[in-house]
Amino acid sequence: MTAAIPDGEILVGIYRRMTRIKQNDERFRAVLKSGKLVMPYYSPRGQEVIPSAVSACLDDEDYICTIYRGVHDMIAKGIPLNDLWAEFGGRATGTCKGKGGPMHVTHPATGVMVTTGIVGSSMPIANGLALAAQIRGEKRVSVAYFGDGASNIGAFHEALNMASVWKLPVIFVCQNNGYGEHTKYANSTAVANIAQRAASYSMPGITVDGNDPVATYRAAREAVDRARQGLGPSLIEAKTFRFHGHVFGDADAYMDKGEKDAWIAKDPVPLFRNWLIATGLASEDQLATLEAAIELEIDEAVEFTLNSPYPDLAELRRDIYKDEVNV
Amino acid sequence: MNQPAKINSIQAINQALDDAMAADVNVIVLGEDVGDKEEGGIVGVTRGLSSKYGDARVRSTPISEQAIIGAAIGAAIVGMRPVAEIMLMNFTTVAMDMIVNHAAKLRFMSGGQTHVPMVIRTMTGAGFGTGGQHADYLEAWFAHTAGIKVVAPSSPADAYGLMLSAIEDDDPVLFIENMPTYWTPGPAPERGVKIPLGKASVLREGTDVTLISYSRRVLDCCAVAEKLAAEGISAEVIDLRTISPLDTETFLASVAKTGRAVIVHEAVKPFGVGAEIASLIYESLYGQLKAPVQRVGSNYAPVPFSKPLEDAHVPSLEQIEVAVRATFK
Repeated sequence: MTAAIPDGEILVGIYRRMTRIKQNDERFRAVLKSGKLVMPYYSPRGQEVIPSAVSACLDDEDYICTIYRGVHDMIAKGIPLNDLWAEFGGRATGTCKGKGGPMHVTHPATGVMVTTGIVGSSMPIANGLALAAQIRGEKRVSVAYFGDGASNIGAFHEALNMASVWKLPVIFVCQNNGYGEHTKYANSTAVANIAQRAASYSMPGITVDGNDPVATYRAAREAVDRARQGLGPSLIEAKTFRFHGHVFGDADAYMDKGEKDAWIAKDPVPLFRNWLIATGLASEDQLATLEAAIELEIDEAVEFTLNSPYPDLAELRRDIYKDEVNV
Repeated sequence: MNQPAKINSIQAINQALDDAMAADVNVIVLGEDVGDKEEGGIVGVTRGLSSKYGDARVRSTPISEQAIIGAAIGAAIVGMRPVAEIMLMNFTTVAMDMIVNHAAKLRFMSGGQTHVPMVIRTMTGAGFGTGGQHADYLEAWFAHTAGIKVVAPSSPADAYGLMLSAIEDDDPVLFIENMPTYWTPGPAPERGVKIPLGKASVLREGTDVTLISYSRRVLDCCAVAEKLAAEGISAEVIDLRTISPLDTETFLASVAKTGRAVIVHEAVKPFGVGAEIASLIYESLYGQLKAPVQRVGSNYAPVPFSKPLEDAHVPSLEQIEVAVRATFK
């Protein structure tokens, strides 16, 4: 691992993704509150750094599999906002014609291959994507995002073992936000750090501060390079916190008093912004311009969504099989 | 290539996999013990394939059913055509999330952007004293799930032709092989000839009663039909071949002709495929039936071990015969 700070362009790129996630999340919650859109929404606010740093190491053709709390992973991977928002709005113009929704977004053009609503299920499928790349001799890698809760489900262990035995080009990225739904990490998980579990599967496992863009980038860089070189899988545990609980409307009664506020006080997005400016890697003007452009893009995506039609009811019979169903 | 006149289902499925792998580099095989180092499967269905096509395309896996199906799904959505083996049908239960929530639904949930052209091969069937967790017929669960096809051949030649179609199909297919009849020889298939999915076969034409079945119990229906023919009862035997999508047209046409229907399967009777077929018959042909539809299935219990219990658990020729006679009362 190189100790040097990554290139300024890479770091600004990570910030661009982070603020894009934050700004979209803020708008999603505002629109939900307004009642203009209705959906199950799992805010990723607070977890912006992880997919932003990981995606800085990925190309469009690299694959990701993510989970119900995965909008940040999709945005970081580059999914177009109009298509994303329209899918979240259940519109015909969405990535999946409105048939998947927030928990099941797919967008192959940006490598968003599967979004699952089932805890732990991103990993076995990411293996399959990696297996295809390996058999075909392609250089692409596959990332499985999942939460800390998912490391206690059997699929995690099956997937890591198989990936290691077959040396698959896959990176397992655990976004450890300290809670599985409402249950605290320590009450559900027998190891201090999920990265320890990598040892059982003879793969590198690293625990990083998932709110530190530089540390997370370095860990991702090493794991992605390793996978691309055919050296096999890695497990990255990135520690973080979700600012808005499990699902939109979460009352946070299961959290310790002050716990959330303490994390919000260390909000990684403004912290990184200030750091970029303080180190001279970016100027206030540059970042403000970038943020304003994203805001306009979101305005357009919301407008696009609200003006888009709902899917035709004939869609109920389509895409079940290749041929339309007539039962 | 010279073909013997008769082959068994193990040879037939092996030949189908071999032909499919030769024709398309995207066809891969994965599952427990499928490679030749592991003897090419516990009954040898995949024997010879890894030696011929290499360990990259024919992969013995850990005993990890979720990981096996997950790997097949991921590979399938990017264009490979995996044939994943879940050794025994009861073991699909530990991969139900991957099969039901993912393989079956990804085409729909992605709005058609991705699809899962994979085959899940699995074997089952009572008769070998394997008891309660190695012999169940669970096809109704999968047929109840939109997005996955369910195929259950009754002969080596059908197994060959249906397997070729299953591999070529753009949707996930659960392919159910009957273990006790694996070694039963039948006429060899014509190489390269596919049997379409979703089309039933009229194995025996008749005018008085329609026997509808699939997988191993088709053989029993044919035996009963043969016996009853001696008494002047003309039974038509329909082998569904594919359970989902169901070829309703073929059995409705037959029952419209005979006015009598008996459905036979090895799965337990309550809530089984027979119930769906009986409903479809009633919905379309209520006024034309000469007798209530009869269903024959296994006893509503886990498959027992002890031989007399196991024998009594599954549908017998006598039970099928009694059910047929009941339609003439």
